[in-house]
Amino acid sequence: MTTAAVRAGIRPASMAQALNRALRDAMAEDPSVHVLGEDVGALGGVFRVTDGLVKEFGEDRCTDTPLAEAGILGTAVGMAMYGLRPVVEMQFDAFAYPSFEQLISHVARMRNRTRGAMPMPLTIRVPYGGGIGGVEHHSDSSEAYYMATPGLHVVTPATVADAYGLLREAIASDDPVVFLEPKRLYWSKAEWDPETPEAVPGIGRAAVRRRGTSATLITYGPSLPVCMEAAEAAAAEGWDLEVVDLRSLVPFDEETVCASVRRTGRAVIVHESTGFGGPGGEIAARITERCFHHLEAPVLRVAGFDIPYPPPMLERHHLPGVDRVLDAVARLQWEAES
Amino acid sequence: MTVLEQPGSYRPIPPPAWRPRTDPAPLLPDAEPYRVLGTEAAGGLDAGLLLRLYGHLVRGRRYNGQATALTRQGRLAVYPSSAGQEACEVAAALALQEQDWLFPSYRDTLAAVARGLDPVQALTLLRGDWHTGYDPHEHRIAPLCTPLATQLPHAVGLAHAARLKGDDVVALAMVGDGGTSEGDFHEALNFAAVWRAPVVFLVQNNGFAISVPLAKQTAAPSLAHKAVGYGMPGRLVDGNDVAAVHEVLTDAVRHAREGGGPTLVEAVTYRMDAHTNADDATRYRSDAEVDTWRGHDPIALLEQELTERKLLDPSVVAAEREAAERMAADLRDRMNQDPPLDPMDLFTHVYAQQTAQLREQADMLRAELEAAAEADPATREGAQR
Repeated sequence: MTTAAVRAGIRPASMAQALNRALRDAMAEDPSVHVLGEDVGALGGVFRVTDGLVKEFGEDRCTDTPLAEAGILGTAVGMAMYGLRPVVEMQFDAFAYPSFEQLISHVARMRNRTRGAMPMPLTIRVPYGGGIGGVEHHSDSSEAYYMATPGLHVVTPATVADAYGLLREAIASDDPVVFLEPKRLYWSKAEWDPETPEAVPGIGRAAVRRRGTSATLITYGPSLPVCMEAAEAAAAEGWDLEVVDLRSLVPFDEETVCASVRRTGRAVIVHESTGFGGPGGEIAARITERCFHHLEAPVLRVAGFDIPYPPPMLERHHLPGVDRVLDAVARLQWEAES
Repeated sequence: MTVLEQPGSYRPIPPPAWRPRTDPAPLLPDAEPYRVLGTEAAGGLDAGLLLRLYGHLVRGRRYNGQATALTRQGRLAVYPSSAGQEACEVAAALALQEQDWLFPSYRDTLAAVARGLDPVQALTLLRGDWHTGYDPHEHRIAPLCTPLATQLPHAVGLAHAARLKGDDVVALAMVGDGGTSEGDFHEALNFAAVWRAPVVFLVQNNGFAISVPLAKQTAAPSLAHKAVGYGMPGRLVDGNDVAAVHEVLTDAVRHAREGGGPTLVEAVTYRMDAHTNADDATRYRSDAEVDTWRGHDPIALLEQELTERKLLDPSVVAAEREAAERMAADLRDRMNQDPPLDPMDLFTHVYAQQTAQLREQADMLRAELEAAAEADPATREGAQR
């Protein structure tokens, strides 16, 4: 903790705490914001993100629902039709699947179907990704399913400050936002002042987390710390890596990504989601279409294997780690330069 | 010696006495569908209401016929007819008050029209120039819902939200017998009952889910019996007896409005036409069966009652038929005009603010349209924007 931070009374906060604060502040500011989901009341959610909300705002604003994800999202659609701003919690990535029909056939299309007369200002919070030692169905990276559905925004924070800022933006958005919370970063901490939270520049803007000149690592959510660590390690090898945190998969910030790749000439996309049909394929295609003449090497992907999510004792072999990222960087045809 | 036999080592504690949390008996539907027309109860019916229902039924039948004809003429992409089910459609619309909300399925355009929606707007989905042809807030009619039973949780959420805001709003959601097998039917009824949401679920049991008869859909004693499992009352009613459906739905709406929670109503009726114009009903049901139901026609049932009570003056019949013909002629005329189409609309309402990607794709389509218009000015479709 820096001296300045101590002077200002800033304490380390976890991502879960920042998310909790974002919900509290949104609910306090706007009476139309309602939280609903499984165990979001007395328990405060299985990750404690809704801790204390029922005490502060009552059961009408923070509601423990029956255990049925399609019902939760379906009733949230009706609440949004009547002008509320529901914030739905799906307990785990894989438990959100029963709600997909509501999501794809209604949430994502209602604005378009009604020519804008019936927008869907709702937020769907989904804890996602692995690395927490979870048993089957608790560690999926489901972002590609959401990305493939027009009408949804797909957002994922990687830092404590972004967790607050992006969730506030998501709740304030007049469009439905699938808000993917990286489970293994819930307890990651940073110095963060809840009284003067940093604003984010709206949904759809990536952040350059590390400036570099040799190559660009493009990542988001749970893989950002991996990429930051890889960039530090790469410096020892003489590679000065730039790290771009997408923050939002939809809308996709092509401008920031392409500007970076045009500068560095090399790109590696890193995510936990499967490589085949995963977000990296779309990003690589866009880079190739738009930055082809700036590229010194093919765009590479470091992704989860194309397998069902492994059991906890084997997940470390599946998840993209620092070594795998560095191996990819090493394959970016550096010899051609000399 | 086993553990249990050891003296003093283990004494099972009897569990707390168990009893049902509520008495299921009052929730059970009647053994027979409730009927009014042709019974003693019909004598007490308000003549004005009966004549109003009659007008709606006559126009509704004509509307179904006209929409089916428009399909044959290629003016509608598809039409799922509610012929034979007009009593349910009309009663659902008339049981609601101005501030209430209707949640129709794709077969329920007539209910929407009976609630006041312009038939052309009701048929937009089926003509295919857009998905929803109306602003849902205008008549408080949710978009016609194609995925089965998925509109039911919407009705629950909307009614719940209205109650949270302190507004006097009841939601009536319509679904078919096939839809009751969907998970969303179950989840909606469960949520509604737990939240005591002011909702009425109207199941039109028309005998078939496209070709599959009810016996292959459920083993429940009746669809109305499903209510008991959720802790709400189930009502079974003759869906071709418009007075009975209207009474049962009006009671259920009042019950919901007074804070009594949701009701499940099963209206037993029959789909006289095929599933849609694209279906061939002769493959799965007999003419004899259809004829049996023709003898239990909702309009004929009401006409009989009105005739017996000497309410059906020939001039009334003529006036209603004439009104129905005028409606049909107007619908025909307007549907025979090509709807205005602007291909650029494809991008307008995907998001509140268009994304960079969609702007790029919109530019591409606009350029294609302009190039086409330049090559052949007759195809100048939407290129002006």
